[in-house]
Amino acid sequence: MTDETKKEEFWRWTEANWKNPDMKLEDLKIITAGIDVGSVSSQAVIVGDGQIFAYGNMRTGSDSPESARNALNYALKDTGLHEDRIDYCIGTGYGRVNVPMADRSITEIACHARGANFIYGPEVRTVLDVGGQDCKAIRCDGRGKVTNFLMNDKCAAGTGRGMEVFADLLSVPITEVGDRSFDIKEEPAPVSSTCVVYAKTEATGLLRSGWEVNEVLAAYCSAMAERIYSLIERIGVQEKFAITGGMAKNKGVINRLMKIMGLEAMKTQWDTQIAGAAGAALFAHTLVERGKGRK
Amino acid sequence: MKANYGYKDGSGDFFISIDTDKCTGCGLCVEACPNGVMTVGEDENDPFSEDEVASVDETERKKIKYTCAPCKGEGKTEPCIKACEPGAINHSW
Amino acid sequence: MIVAGIDCGAKNTKTVIMNDKKLLGKGMALTGFDQDKAVEKSLADALDEAGLKIDDIEAIGSTGAGMEDIKDAKVKVNEIKAMAKAANFFFPNARTVTDVGAEMGRAAKINEEGKVEDFAINEKCAAGAGAFIEAMARALEVDLEEMGPMANTSEMAIPMNAQCAIFAESEVVGLIHAKTKKKDISKAIHDAMASRIVSMIRKIGVNKDIVMIGGVGLNPGFVESMRRELDLEKIFIPEDPAYSSAIGAALLTLEEA
Ligand code: SF4
Ligand code: SF4
Repeated sequence: MTDETKKEEFWRWTEANWKNPDMKLEDLKIITAGIDVGSVSSQAVIVGDGQIFAYGNMRTGSDSPESARNALNYALKDTGLHEDRIDYCIGTGYGRVNVPMADRSITEIACHARGANFIYGPEVRTVLDVGGQDCKAIRCDGRGKVTNFLMNDKCAAGTGRGMEVFADLLSVPITEVGDRSFDIKEEPAPVSSTCVVYAKTEATGLLRSGWEVNEVLAAYCSAMAERIYSLIERIGVQEKFAITGGMAKNKGVINRLMKIMGLEAMKTQWDTQIAGAAGAALFAHTLVERGKGRK
Repeated sequence: MKANYGYKDGSGDFFISIDTDKCTGCGLCVEACPNGVMTVGEDENDPFSEDEVASVDETERKKIKYTCAPCKGEGKTEPCIKACEPGAINHSW
Repeated sequence: MIVAGIDCGAKNTKTVIMNDKKLLGKGMALTGFDQDKAVEKSLADALDEAGLKIDDIEAIGSTGAGMEDIKDAKVKVNEIKAMAKAANFFFPNARTVTDVGAEMGRAAKINEEGKVEDFAINEKCAAGAGAFIEAMARALEVDLEEMGPMANTSEMAIPMNAQCAIFAESEVVGLIHAKTKKKDISKAIHDAMASRIVSMIRKIGVNKDIVMIGGVGLNPGFVESMRRELDLEKIFIPEDPAYSSAIGAALLTLEEA
């Protein structure tokens, strides 16, 4: 594996598809689909009568329509379900307007909240999603309806990209950042520049003045945790709290973030990356139920 | 819903927040804004709502610090905020 | 009276020696990670050029990000004031001045005496500072000095979407892969940067002659993008724009000492 693919590998979940062994296709009345085309990975979730029937999760290719198609085919694979049988399909994610088989599109904010409500259960009130290129903070009610949100996709600080730039600068594989950032004698002060460009300059200075690589990593992880915290703070944290997206796997940042917040993040047996697509499929289900579907 | 459009970068927080429960979708802010920042349409983040609400135009979301700068001079109040009768619009900076 | 003005910028430290309003010598050194050394070197070069010794200097004025660290400075000059003073010195008709340095962008409205009436600052985000063009030059694999002249040979107007220096790097790489000509990308980079700086200037109002100081004034591509964006015939730039703030600091030191 080249370094580039390893890096991408880290920010997305491994490609996978899954079919619910407890559900039989013949029994299903309403079948809907949600397709989330993200910048790095794309997911398709099939919902049967309001439960997740199958899903597929794969790398986003160079064009959105094709990525949507691939994700859907992957979800349908070996399920015996034919695409024509799907009653309603909703596209979401940054490429949502380019999902050819979708009947309509819904923002990732709305879908993420709805999906988190399903994946984590109705107690979840705050969802943080830090991906490769953005950071979303969403508050929702017990039905998964958004009550407050913000999304930061302008600035690389506080996103996976910022972390990648640092890992590159320090020649540390991105997968080792978490562990190595705790392999230090004493927790250093966070890197003070927010801007990734200036933080790089600052880090170079720290190395010159004799800091160990792991210390600089630790200083950046905690700067990142503080940064992400300041974003969630704007919408106000309410328990229970869940973290999704690639950054959830970087414990160097997440453990420090949970410490600042004084909260533990919720756990789930689901692949949290399908949250957006699941939300889209569940919205589709509700639409069909309410008679607002295709037919 | 409190919808926060904008961003936080190294230089600060720049969010236009719209309280969709207060917003009536009247469009006065759209008329008031000299730079086409505000728009009114269906609530993108609440798919089951039939009401139209204000939001920040997608193309402006990453640059409101700059686009809104002329409105932010001393002693001037932002036209969008002034135009909004129910007081649904807030700026973070 | 002989004074020195030292401008400790994020990238370069600039020193000028002046005898009243006459410029005698100037020196520049990379700030790097050792501010003291940079001050010492730029001062030595400036003295050399002026043919003077350190004891000839009657007062030192400092400005810029690192101004607090200059122990011998008698007068510490606020950066905006230094910029305003310099603009007024070179172009007495100027009412708007902008300074784009490696790590900041600034603009001020000034009166006929060179006093600041209103100002706007952009710092801590590389997207609105010279560092943006530097980072893009690296992504484009073009020497920084060549960026501007290259941009001015392009006739295309390609919009850049990224508003962050880091994301813009990927956008530039994407454009290279899409076989976009380097000169066109370079122009897009300068236009994007200029549009941010111009928005900042608009905040304080564009009135009468606009003066641009700071090292980025040496970049013809950026100056041209600024001119287009502002829809002006000309932007006034002093000779050796990089030294302007140091000159402003020296002039204010003359007044205060
Ligand atoms: S602060 Fe730095 S990382 Fe953030 S938007 Fe500006 S240039 Fe990008
Ligand atoms: S501050 Fe001015 S430019 Fe910004 S949204 Fe309001 S009216 Fe429009």
